[in-house]
Amino acid sequence: MSGFWRRLRAATWARSLEFIRDKSAVGWNVIFPVLLVVGLAYVFSGPGQPMFKVAVVAPEGAALDASLHPFLATPQVQFYREARAADAVHKVQLQRIDMLLDFTATPARYWVNEQSPKGKLLEQLLRGAGGAALQRQATQGAEVRYVDWVTPGVLGMNMMFGCLFGIGYVIVRYRKNGYLKRLNATPLRAFEFLLAQLLSRLVLIVLVNVAVFGACRALLHLRMEGSYWNLLLLTVAANFCMIAMGLVVSARLSSEELAGGILNVISTPMMVMCGVFFSIDGAPHALQIAAQLLPLTHLINGARAVMLDGAGFTQILPNLAALAAMSVVYLTLGAALFKWRQS
Amino acid sequence: MPPVLQAIELVKQYPKVRAVDGVSFEVREGTCFGLLGPNGAGKSTTIEMLEGLLKPSSGQVLFRGAPLGGHYRERVGIQFQNTALQEHLTTRENLRFFSALYPKRRTLDELVRLCRLEEFLDRDTSKLSGGQRQRLLLAIALVNEPEVLFLDEPTTGLDPQARRNFWDLVQGVKAQGKTIVLTTHYMEEAYLLCDEIVIVDHGRIIAGGSPASLLAQHFDDSVLELPTAEVRKLGAGVEFKEKGELAEIHTADLNGVIARLLGAGASLAQLRIRPRTLEDLFLELTGRELRA
Repeated sequence: MSGFWRRLRAATWARSLEFIRDKSAVGWNVIFPVLLVVGLAYVFSGPGQPMFKVAVVAPEGAALDASLHPFLATPQVQFYREARAADAVHKVQLQRIDMLLDFTATPARYWVNEQSPKGKLLEQLLRGAGGAALQRQATQGAEVRYVDWVTPGVLGMNMMFGCLFGIGYVIVRYRKNGYLKRLNATPLRAFEFLLAQLLSRLVLIVLVNVAVFGACRALLHLRMEGSYWNLLLLTVAANFCMIAMGLVVSARLSSEELAGGILNVISTPMMVMCGVFFSIDGAPHALQIAAQLLPLTHLINGARAVMLDGAGFTQILPNLAALAAMSVVYLTLGAALFKWRQS
Repeated sequence: MPPVLQAIELVKQYPKVRAVDGVSFEVREGTCFGLLGPNGAGKSTTIEMLEGLLKPSSGQVLFRGAPLGGHYRERVGIQFQNTALQEHLTTRENLRFFSALYPKRRTLDELVRLCRLEEFLDRDTSKLSGGQRQRLLLAIALVNEPEVLFLDEPTTGLDPQARRNFWDLVQGVKAQGKTIVLTTHYMEEAYLLCDEIVIVDHGRIIAGGSPASLLAQHFDDSVLELPTAEVRKLGAGVEFKEKGELAEIHTADLNGVIARLLGAGASLAQLRIRPRTLEDLFLELTGRELRA
């Protein structure tokens, strides 16, 4: 075995043993995702949340049912009352609701967001309410529940925290307590050390999340249209990239407090910008472009495409390519900036 | 044959302090070379330049007559003053890990025997005592059968018993013909282990040679220690230094001084006579205590 592989294997093995034997860390890394799954299962148990949300401005005293308009009898759509159309239009713009109906105007009007696929689908339903052909579309649309949509986001977010904090804190701690200085006195190269940390973390995170995904799928009956292998490939690529991102942050720091602060500054916007809980389709264009520069966006979008739309390898190839390119940049930067000792 | 290591006019300048200021010396094959000095004297900075971990601001380190090359780290072993190890790994696992980083390796059995690791070989390293930990760190420094072993303040913080046990181990390593470079602020450690020393203060070498020759060169007397009250009975004419309740008389004429003390009616019940030490030498050269 060449020196490179021997050293890489030894460093990966040592780090993995350290992690596996750290009961509190393992506990947290397993328990947190399980809590997430249980939480999701609880929130989305029962008959299921409606997929669509429609605001209705109706004359006083009128019930929100088919007597007002046949469309209001559509199943899997939550109709709720708004007092004034002007207040609700903004919610349509932000895609917080899928459609707004106003029966107080003459003629009755509706608002839909041109950029929202759900809004467009609803529009079709509205136009064809009562028609046999369009009823079929309504059934198809109702199968995509919010839980199917949000689970890739929640698991992606969990992996992001595991990658960034898991690698960042460990390396900063090693630097602070002098362990890195000791390793620097051996033939182990910076790149080999970093790659070992990355591989060890990658294997552990992917294994834990495969188990969590399995549990989610079983408990929540998640929709899975595409290939598991594509999903796994995407997960490995995204985790590799996010761990490499953590390596950049930890390249020089020797204060855990500062590292924690910086990691929070990175992870919090990622959580918001990458569409974990809400679609960013309606967000400003600049924000959407910025989101394309974040690995979590490509993981979540790719995973949703595979799971919900049955996207194949070629369809997620742009996500994989972006993740690979970002990985190269982060890994190169991390190795170039890396310092063995405190300055 | 060139010396194993040569330090030539080494300087390490930090923004606000010159930690090492033009240090030169040679380390011969198979000897134990000591850098002796108080905390902050520049010993650790000097040894880190010799280890190849710190780049000198100017000057050069030569290994067997040539600048330190890419494979230098495979040929030396280092024990730092403060080193953490990976948590949750046993002594055996740590040794295996560090062994795997080197192309040339000692067997685990040899290391265990040499550094007396048998009793805690399968113990988590976080549960080792200070002395056991230093023995493991010494074993790690020896995993690659190094040509030069660097020990940076290896016994700082150990209790006297653990320190003596560690000295035994180092003497065992020395007996195998290894070249050792040691930093310490314990003069007893330097005197016992080192064939040659340099005394460092404020980043400069203030004296160098074998411990015995240095002492012979600077002193021809011995030290008598007595309670100050007894020494005062001699009256004027005898110089002494007060150290708390004890007084020290430095003299080359032991018999004469003892006769005068008896003549003056002083009690010799608490008399101690000791030879000059490196600590005395440091005080003589700098006017300060070594461990002040």
